[in-house]
Amino acid sequence: MHTTEARLDRIRGFAPPRPHNARTIAALTSNPGCARRAIMDAAGVDKARVAAHAGFRAPFGQSQFAITRGNAFEAQVKADGCAELLRLLREQLHLPIPEVSYDDLEYFGGERRSHEARHARTRALLGRAAASGDDAGTMFDHPMLTLEVGGRRVYLEPDLIAFRLRDRFHVVEIKSFAVIDGQADGGKVAAAVIQSAVYVLALRQLMEATAAAPPDIVADEVILVCPENFSNRPVAALLDVRKELTVLQRQLARLERIEDLLDTLPADLTFDLEADEAGVPRRPPGELAEAIRVVPARYAPECLSSCEMCFFCRDEAQGETGALGRDVRDDLGCVEYVPTALALARGEAEPSPEQAEAAAVLRLACRLRSESLPGGEGPPPAAGRWPGEEALGEAV
Amino acid sequence: MSTMTALARALAVEQGVAQPIATVRHVHISDRPLVFVPLALAGEANAPLAAMVGDDRSDPHLLVVAQPRNRDQRFAFAAELARIFVLYLELFFGAEETVPVGRGGEQRTRYADAPQLLVPNQGGIEFVALLGRSTRFRRAEGEWAVDPAVPVLGQWLSWLAGRAENPASSMLLAMTGALARHWASGQSAVEDQNLAALAGWIDPPEGMTGQQAAAAAEDPLTWPPAGPATDPTFDNEVLARLIENAARAEGDERAERRALRALTEALRGQIEPAWRLVWKSADLLRALPPGEHVARRWDDDKDAFSLYAAYLREGGAPQPRRDSAVTAARRLAWLERETVRYAAQRAHDDPLVMAEQRLAGEAFAGQVIAAEPGRVVGSGRGRKLRPLITVATTDPVAIEEGTRLVSPSRPGQNAVLVSAAPAGEGLTEAVLELSGGMGYGLIAPTGTIPEVGEQVCFATLADDWQPHGELPLPEDTPWTHGGPPVPYQPADEDVTEAWS
Repeated sequence: MHTTEARLDRIRGFAPPRPHNARTIAALTSNPGCARRAIMDAAGVDKARVAAHAGFRAPFGQSQFAITRGNAFEAQVKADGCAELLRLLREQLHLPIPEVSYDDLEYFGGERRSHEARHARTRALLGRAAASGDDAGTMFDHPMLTLEVGGRRVYLEPDLIAFRLRDRFHVVEIKSFAVIDGQADGGKVAAAVIQSAVYVLALRQLMEATAAAPPDIVADEVILVCPENFSNRPVAALLDVRKELTVLQRQLARLERIEDLLDTLPADLTFDLEADEAGVPRRPPGELAEAIRVVPARYAPECLSSCEMCFFCRDEAQGETGALGRDVRDDLGCVEYVPTALALARGEAEPSPEQAEAAAVLRLACRLRSESLPGGEGPPPAAGRWPGEEALGEAV
Repeated sequence: MSTMTALARALAVEQGVAQPIATVRHVHISDRPLVFVPLALAGEANAPLAAMVGDDRSDPHLLVVAQPRNRDQRFAFAAELARIFVLYLELFFGAEETVPVGRGGEQRTRYADAPQLLVPNQGGIEFVALLGRSTRFRRAEGEWAVDPAVPVLGQWLSWLAGRAENPASSMLLAMTGALARHWASGQSAVEDQNLAALAGWIDPPEGMTGQQAAAAAEDPLTWPPAGPATDPTFDNEVLARLIENAARAEGDERAERRALRALTEALRGQIEPAWRLVWKSADLLRALPPGEHVARRWDDDKDAFSLYAAYLREGGAPQPRRDSAVTAARRLAWLERETVRYAAQRAHDDPLVMAEQRLAGEAFAGQVIAAEPGRVVGSGRGRKLRPLITVATTDPVAIEEGTRLVSPSRPGQNAVLVSAAPAGEGLTEAVLELSGGMGYGLIAPTGTIPEVGEQVCFATLADDWQPHGELPLPEDTPWTHGGPPVPYQPADEDVTEAWS
């Protein structure tokens, strides 16, 4: 049997699959050319464990203080059928909200359900609400959404509320980073916005699938709820995610189809980490590393904050100019390898026709550097003291 | 980033050690800085957990907050920090110096030196800003009274954080940024945010390459992060238990002391490596010869410090939560001017920085091959000395004719590019007309203009007066920008604001 599912199962091995979330999709779209991440995420591989067993533990964990704080804040905002959230929407965003009902789509019938069951219920309830034209507001907590990624449908388990008011659905995202005097950390807001955009897209696909309403029934303005200043008091803001939606759609379209990627890989490829009685994976780390290397990666320093495989890939990318940053690579005329760039700069290598322009700039830069730096390019003394003032006199 | 820096990064990879991108130091490093290494509790907006602070590297103060979510303990931390900070500031309130005002022979006084706060990284600056913001509105009297030093600390920290946005100021420096202005490592700018890794590239331990030193610096067990964020594994496996112990021991004095001691020692282990690194980074920078304009920029810092100290002595109000439209516009214009001036001064002080301008065709260096030192233009009373020189350079010249240029070696003299024409063999011959900086006669004193055979450099970047944007007075703020702002009055709401 060689269906895509079977092959992905084989790649993942015995471990249960790890579902996609908005964060993984946002990371995937920020580096759409990385086949390694695409395959691993599609197969639901536990990247942190794989990286650690291959000898490259992921450089990030989550502090329990941050988790506790995040959970406490979310619980506070959602307590009593989202009473606090409703107050915010009424008072701060001036939404004319009548009575509102609350539906938790994670637990129903008294127990936690499977992905399929939850998705079916999400579709049914949201579809019905969209079609009803009923004026009452409804909060749908923990909907189970799906999204087409690399030609496959993946489940998304967002920590969000789809809030329906009149004829619109709004995504409500609760985050625990502070908004201080109306300003928040730019990087965190950007991450929240792109994640919200993933949810808006998934909700729109759901509306399309149910045919209950046109996709734009899902608003492209999302509601971000954060603690205000140094307190636990929530504050809400409307964020326009149209730009992120466009970016996301373009990047998702650029993602290669998983089937096509699989076609280029050996049939017996696996990252299996089946453990012995002591809980240690049986597989020799070297063999695992070899299997990882079969799938090409595209490392960039930005991976360091978003992908568990980053240390592995960084090690592999040693000597590539891109490992120093995309801007460094561009400034070196897009020459791919450090030794090549330096050989061109020193005039020791013959540039190919498409490298000619870059090589000329690099040669000039190299000449200017050695002119301006007495002692040339050698390593500086540890506590370097370089004569500087007279250097101009020596120029040319 | 520029091609010059990118090339230096590539060289650093090859050589296994960071490469200089400056030949002189472009920041001021005080003989007696106050080093501040803060740690914050993860997940909170600004919950101090610990800080190592002091102006003596062998005798740091270690402040610890046993219950980071407890308001009283936070203010006790702020009060303790304020005490140390104010004592340090007082060192500079003694000696004064006089400087001339304009050309009229008038004089004014300012403090002879200024404080300097050194933190490990950009996160340290953000911590300073947030701590300033959360303490500057407090009051020493009333229902929510805090130690009187706390709001003073808040105002100073807020002011320093604002000043740190100006690249020309050295009053509050993040060491990662200061080092990265002088060396290019063989890693990415993202990785340069780790002070231990960057310092490892610049000055690797005996027997290690920069790459190995940087790799070692990424292990949080040997090199805990330099704050304010702590290592999550430390949080989960050590800190959580110790904080819980300290909370449980409350009421039992001996147990409390023991728990606090254990917590303090654990935090000392996390913070001390960064403390040593900040001092070491200051040493690395101090060892570079200072650029010519560094002292002049530090004078600006001294002026600003003296003015703000006077403002506070007169009971000046804390910085508002948000700037008004006019204040914000003025501030932006000021930052832009300062940034341009700093870039020009850096290039004029440092041939390696000037090389970036030359690579971009915005400056050129070469030899004077012809000169007309006695050239005079005009007639009668309008006769003016306007020497011409011709410079041969192999640099690409992408400067429009008629552009005003300045040479680092004769900053008081203007040069206008008359023509630039290729002269074969990759050479360009540039003809320049000189004015100023050569006395008032019709014969230039010796040495005031470049002679044939001299090596010279000319750049479009000039360190001179930048026009101030025309902005209305605050009371004339147009309605499009909210109209005249209401003068800021700290509200009770600010004083009692939750810090939890």
